[in-house]
Amino acid sequence: MRVALFVTCVNDALYPDTGWATVRLLERLGVEVDFPEAQTCCGQPQFNTGYRRETEPLVRRMARAFDGYDYVVTPSGSCAAMVRDNYPRIGDKALAEGRGSELADAAASLRGRMLELTEFLVDVLQVTDVGAYFPHTVTYHPSCHGLRMLGLGERPRRLLQAVRGLELRELEGAEECCGFGGTFAVKNPDVSVAMGRDKVRHALDTGARVLCAADNSCLTHLDGILRREAAPLHSLHIAEILASTEEEPFTPRPARGGGTSAGPSSARPTTSTAARSRS
Amino acid sequence: MSRTDLGMPTFPQAARVSTKDAGLRANLTHATHTIRAKRAAAVAELPDWPRLRAAGAAVKDHTLRHLDHYLLQLEQAVTQAGGTVHWATTAEEANRITADIIKATGETEVVKVKSMATQETGLNEALAHHGITAYETDLAELIVQLGDDKPSHILVPAIHKNRTEIRDIFTRTMAAWGRPAPDDLHDTPAELAEAARLHLREKFLRAKVAVSGANFMIAETGTLVVVESEGNGRMCLTLPDTLISIVGIEKTIPTFRDLDILLQTLPRSSTAERMNPYTTMWTGTTPHDGPRNFHLVLLDNGRTDTLADTTGRQALRCIRCSACLNVCPVYERAGGHAYGSAYPGPIGAILTPQLRGTSTPLDASLPYASTLCGACYDVCPVAIDIPEILVHLRERVADQKDGHRAERTAMKAATWLLDHPAALSATERAASATRRLHPNRLPVPGPGKAWSDARDLPDVAAESFRAGWKKARGARTGTGTGTGTGTNEPKHDKDKDTPR
Amino acid sequence: MTQPAPSTSPGTPTSPETPSSRDIILARIRAALSDVPRTPGPPDTSGIPRDYLQAHVPDDDPTALTDLLAAHLTDYRAHVHRTTTGRLPQVLAELLATRRTRTTVIPPELPREWLARTTGITHTTDHPHLTATQLDGIDTVITGCALAIAETGTLVLDAGPDQGRRILTLVPDHHVCVVRAPQQIVASVPRALPHLDPTRPLTWISGPSATSDIELSRVEGVHGPRTLDVILVSA
Repeated sequence: MRVALFVTCVNDALYPDTGWATVRLLERLGVEVDFPEAQTCCGQPQFNTGYRRETEPLVRRMARAFDGYDYVVTPSGSCAAMVRDNYPRIGDKALAEGRGSELADAAASLRGRMLELTEFLVDVLQVTDVGAYFPHTVTYHPSCHGLRMLGLGERPRRLLQAVRGLELRELEGAEECCGFGGTFAVKNPDVSVAMGRDKVRHALDTGARVLCAADNSCLTHLDGILRREAAPLHSLHIAEILASTEEEPFTPRPARGGGTSAGPSSARPTTSTAARSRS
Repeated sequence: MSRTDLGMPTFPQAARVSTKDAGLRANLTHATHTIRAKRAAAVAELPDWPRLRAAGAAVKDHTLRHLDHYLLQLEQAVTQAGGTVHWATTAEEANRITADIIKATGETEVVKVKSMATQETGLNEALAHHGITAYETDLAELIVQLGDDKPSHILVPAIHKNRTEIRDIFTRTMAAWGRPAPDDLHDTPAELAEAARLHLREKFLRAKVAVSGANFMIAETGTLVVVESEGNGRMCLTLPDTLISIVGIEKTIPTFRDLDILLQTLPRSSTAERMNPYTTMWTGTTPHDGPRNFHLVLLDNGRTDTLADTTGRQALRCIRCSACLNVCPVYERAGGHAYGSAYPGPIGAILTPQLRGTSTPLDASLPYASTLCGACYDVCPVAIDIPEILVHLRERVADQKDGHRAERTAMKAATWLLDHPAALSATERAASATRRLHPNRLPVPGPGKAWSDARDLPDVAAESFRAGWKKARGARTGTGTGTGTGTNEPKHDKDKDTPR
Repeated sequence: MTQPAPSTSPGTPTSPETPSSRDIILARIRAALSDVPRTPGPPDTSGIPRDYLQAHVPDDDPTALTDLLAAHLTDYRAHVHRTTTGRLPQVLAELLATRRTRTTVIPPELPREWLARTTGITHTTDHPHLTATQLDGIDTVITGCALAIAETGTLVLDAGPDQGRRILTLVPDHHVCVVRAPQQIVASVPRALPHLDPTRPLTWISGPSATSDIELSRVEGVHGPRTLDVILVSA
């Protein structure tokens, strides 16, 4: 099976390791992964801040970039929810405004094919034990859009529970929002930080070493608080845990200013599968 | 709604203060978490909850889509049953009608059932201008009134006060309003409730006029329904000679049978009870039983504007249960007063900007007072998609020709960049090249500072994913306008693996 | 989207040139609903789904319904007593003695034989001129009911002849309500409504009065009767 990876803009620029972990994990499970380079961003920040019209070019771009793939897999619940929940709204509103069905068609073309990583693993590949090894204590924060819009349910936790060596610690108030909320984080910084600190406190109370989520946007916020408070807790995307094996164990990225990047070089498979060219 | 004070702080400004109030935070966390768990248990008792929720939404939607028909039917039924129906386009008009009715009785005092509509219209303040004193009789509204405070929750207006603070308010102020508090009043909830009973009993017994709202108005029969717990509602609805009910036009439902649904979903969502202690239903006037004069004031005050918005109108389904407040993490940290209106929490964030408009800085800030986490939508017993309406209202605010110009320019620039992958790659390369120079916090005001006051900024990666992919996988450069690869893979059997 | 229009004329219709507030609101509603197709005649309610359950417990088991009603009333701090028609006067007399009742008020048509065993108690039959202040000095009110709902632990009063005016069950501090079990017990709210006439004054009572206004902790007993005794009477 060949799928397209939608890496998301945040992961592209800030967390490429999550992208590489997703590629490594999927290829280990026998999936061919393409990275259509026309992809950029789903437009969620624009849309959720009230700039629907500014989102529209990105809806078109997403539909073009991922045209022809059975599945588009993304390591981000909120971006998948944007495409599945909000793209149809954008299309419907354009239709209601008498601007034709182009956006509605674009939305419809993506809606059934855009899957969040843990959904793809559990529902399509039908695996929960992905052969991972991660000998650490972990607590899992279910991000809101995955939890409530996509209905990921127990999928992420089932995947984590099947990882060898991993001990999953229960997070108090797990289903409560961490306070990131996109532009909410800067428009309402006091409430955002108050929520984030409560989430971090619950995570620290578990005694786990790793705070895991399926959305790096939440982790950006929580990690920012953890680092400011110099807390002994690492935040990590679920893809990086599931990609870790005894042969290729997880290696953390060095801190900024540290030596060479151990990121993609260790993450990249040595086999080079040329992606098809596009014109 | 009643006039908005232009000087009121915006939501973020108010929250900046309230999030630092440790006592308030503790009171709110304790109260909301208590009721949250109870609600979940009460709802779990009904296996058909999703159906009740859908049916409740459908009843309200149907009524709203034919609101003119049902209001006329209601008016006719109430009039036939001996009541008098008034129509008020604005808060001021509703207050004036009410004051005129009270003046005609010659009374200068009224007792009140807790009512969101009269909070919204600012009735008590308006009556004071006419020399009429309105006594709140709901325990929490009494606490708020005696403390010269404002409600901060739909169901429990004094949720921001703990028992000790309430005891102090009673001890300090009751004597000035009527029967004083007992000398040795302790702060147990039972003793406080008893003090309120004694203080209010004399007011109930002498009251000649009462003012109420209503939870439901049944168009078919002209019946009004008030759902309550304490019995102060029954006192006000039964003892006085004259009853004036001020009710938003959206509280109408077609038939008695529709209470099947709403009397199952409201109590469980609101107080987490199978049924609230007291519900009163009355139709006009009844000889020798209850008030001899009944006046119904139908209130618009922005509801027809809300109705005109095909996305936003679902906010009018609201049955004021307050479940959305109790699960909202933003409400829990900011408190109800930050929302600057009678309607706090998620429902307030979508209702107030629709009823009052978004012309003031406060009202324009309300649609952003949410992370869009969706917890409110999950618990809403009439399935109001609050996050959807919040985003819809943000669009309205962003379209206003005021302070959003810089943000729109930034959004347009971001979209341009994201629509040109080659330019995006160049930007990412530049960011990566200078990454060691990036500070962990930004000293200059702006969104960056708002982030980095309490959080470190994330690191830019040494190499973006797309740059790494190009190097490792040897793909040819995308032009920025390419389409995806057609695939010759055998199609996956979608019937077998339907993605959820 | 229009902003709310400035306040117009007062609510009373004046002349054709000055529309009444009623006309203005109705016109605004019709303008707001321009997307809704208008059809002649009453609106079609067939689109409202009615596929929710009519009851959450079997309604063909009277004993179970009676037990459930008792359990749910008890849950909300009502005191439930069970007896037979023959034993009712004795049970009622003992109950009033326990509660130290000296005065009662009773609806005009409350069966007098219920009170046959009481001693030393002044019973006042309600009449329209009995004031709230007079009722405030009475210890106990005794009534029947229209029906009771097992699932929610609710008593419904409809001002019937054995229940009287709404004020009776409100001002005295102690309410004794007699329910004929199982005849008067229904399973659920949907089962209750067809038996009720909404144009009669209805009072639904689920336990004694209560409040959760202080720290969201429930306290029983505020303005209504602080003690609710329910007697379930079987034939």
